Amino acid sequence: MLRYLLSKLWTFVPTFIGVTIISFAFIRVLPGDPIIVMAGERGVTPERYQELMHQFGFDQPIHVQFWNYLTGVLQGDLGTSYVTKKPVWDEFFALFPATLELSICAIIIAIALGIPAGVIAAVNRGKFFDRALMSTALIGYSMPIFWWALLLIIVFSGNLGWTPVSGRISLMFFFDNVTGFMLIDSLLSGQKGAFASAVHHLVLPSIVLATIPLAVIARQTRSAMLEVLSEDYIRTARAKGLSPLRVNGLHALRNAMIPVITVIGLSVGTLLAGAILTETIFSWPGIGKWMVDSIFRRDYPVVQGGLLLVAVAVMLVNLVVDLLYGLINPKIRKR
Amino acid sequence: MADTTTPTRPSRLAEFWQYFSENRGAVIGLYVFAFFVILALGADFIAPHDPTVQNRSATLQPPFWQEGGSLEYLLGTDPLGRDILSRLLHGARYSFFVGVVVVVIASFGGIVIGLVAGFAPKWLDTIIMRIMDIVLSFPSLLLALVLVAILGPSLLNAMIAIAIVLQPHYVRLTRAAVMTERSKDYVIASKVAGAKLTRLMFKTVLPNCLAPIIVQAALSFSNAILDVAALGFLGMGAQPPTPEWGTMLAEAREFILRAWWVVTFPGLAILITVLSINLMGDGLRDALDPKLKRS
Repeated sequence: MLRYLLSKLWTFVPTFIGVTIISFAFIRVLPGDPIIVMAGERGVTPERYQELMHQFGFDQPIHVQFWNYLTGVLQGDLGTSYVTKKPVWDEFFALFPATLELSICAIIIAIALGIPAGVIAAVNRGKFFDRALMSTALIGYSMPIFWWALLLIIVFSGNLGWTPVSGRISLMFFFDNVTGFMLIDSLLSGQKGAFASAVHHLVLPSIVLATIPLAVIARQTRSAMLEVLSEDYIRTARAKGLSPLRVNGLHALRNAMIPVITVIGLSVGTLLAGAILTETIFSWPGIGKWMVDSIFRRDYPVVQGGLLLVAVAVMLVNLVVDLLYGLINPKIRKR
Repeated sequence: MADTTTPTRPSRLAEFWQYFSENRGAVIGLYVFAFFVILALGADFIAPHDPTVQNRSATLQPPFWQEGGSLEYLLGTDPLGRDILSRLLHGARYSFFVGVVVVVIASFGGIVIGLVAGFAPKWLDTIIMRIMDIVLSFPSLLLALVLVAILGPSLLNAMIAIAIVLQPHYVRLTRAAVMTERSKDYVIASKVAGAKLTRLMFKTVLPNCLAPIIVQAALSFSNAILDVAALGFLGMGAQPPTPEWGTMLAEAREFILRAWWVVTFPGLAILITVLSINLMGDGLRDALDPKLKRS
């Protein structure tokens, strides 16, 4: 197992360096002088231009710039935002819990509904339930989620008035930021109604973000279950007279889980891409909205640092998924 | 009278159609898709109005079945008094155009790189695949967004960005297919017979790797349409007054609580198009990929 772990970690290193190069190169290699862009329509004087070039280190050779950037990154220095003048690292970790909270809720919804839906569809293969569930899954899979979000806002916020349109909690409540997770912090604050308000704000964005992973998980669970259900040991279990619930739920599902876990791991990237749209629409103060805002403000250090950190987050999750495989399936470890 | 003709194998196309048409959803998807393509091609003749002409006396008119709507504007008008139906019809062109261009660029580049990786010595293969891993570790929409931000927001740049982001999937798929084909007897025979490397790559091996690539093409066609719409929605794709569906949604956002139709119809158009392509994709997979058949 240790060897497997090390070999996995080893492939992590070149990918990490590559990701650093890409996020570094974006601003320097592609057309457009960052300082001219930063200055915008006001323009800069030649003296000020030189000064800024020196300040940001753009006057040094490219390999020196990269080396400085890489050593900075490894020490947790990703530069300073042009707009807020705060370190990118600090901004990222202040906002990350909001995205994490949203993503965790979304993935819980997706798993809690997707796996049972897939199992039910597989067990009722070709029957009404199967068709209905799989048609719904395909619609979910094809859904432009930014539009889906707007529709939900029209119905639940506009017509029914059940949920708020934006933010993480009602402005009535104010409490210390302990964990960064609104659900936990609102409970810790002990204020009446704070937790309910946080939940209210979380419902629509989580549903929107969960939609595509839910559809993918349901489809994958169904096809994995169908494969397993035709195995001999399932027939044996049935012949033993075990209840269908036990056969399908325990014997079959457990063995169908490996491809499903892959899909769940892969959907982390989808979640982060979805978070960009979801957070923008619901004004959710997380990483996705932060990145979009920074792109519009041309706040390059933030775009650069954010891109790198998001990619590293995705890579770490993939690494964990790979390691989980090794734990679940010893065959993979030996390869 | 005895039938003297020997039974012939059905042509490949007929065989394909037989499997494809077994999947009823796929056939429905094909019809819907074809219908939309015809609408898009004939937009100039079918659309009742010019998609960019503003009628200040008819802003935010509801669809004809609602009170206040008129038959002149079947699906209502947007905040600037433009006919939504005409904009949707013209917008379909952009979506299909984007889909086709992105798939062509991404698949062409991806197939060539994948073939090279599959035939190359191990070190080159490793380098290529690592680069693909790196591209894949960025969430696709985020990478496209940053690319467009740097290249400048426009439909063309959005297409380029999305093609770059989708390309690694083709590389992986092609390489994996090449790896399984490469050691088969017919390839070795061809090599022994003196076939050059390019011939081996493009004439001998590639045709036998096409099935999963075609399925992937269908998938990335729908992905491209969704992503371009998403970029348009974020203001980084086609720029107003282009009647691109995502851009239409972005312009309509502030009116969602007042005029449901300006938001509903463009999104519905995206959903139906993407759904029909995905239905076809499932059918293609059933027909072309024997491993996944009937799963």
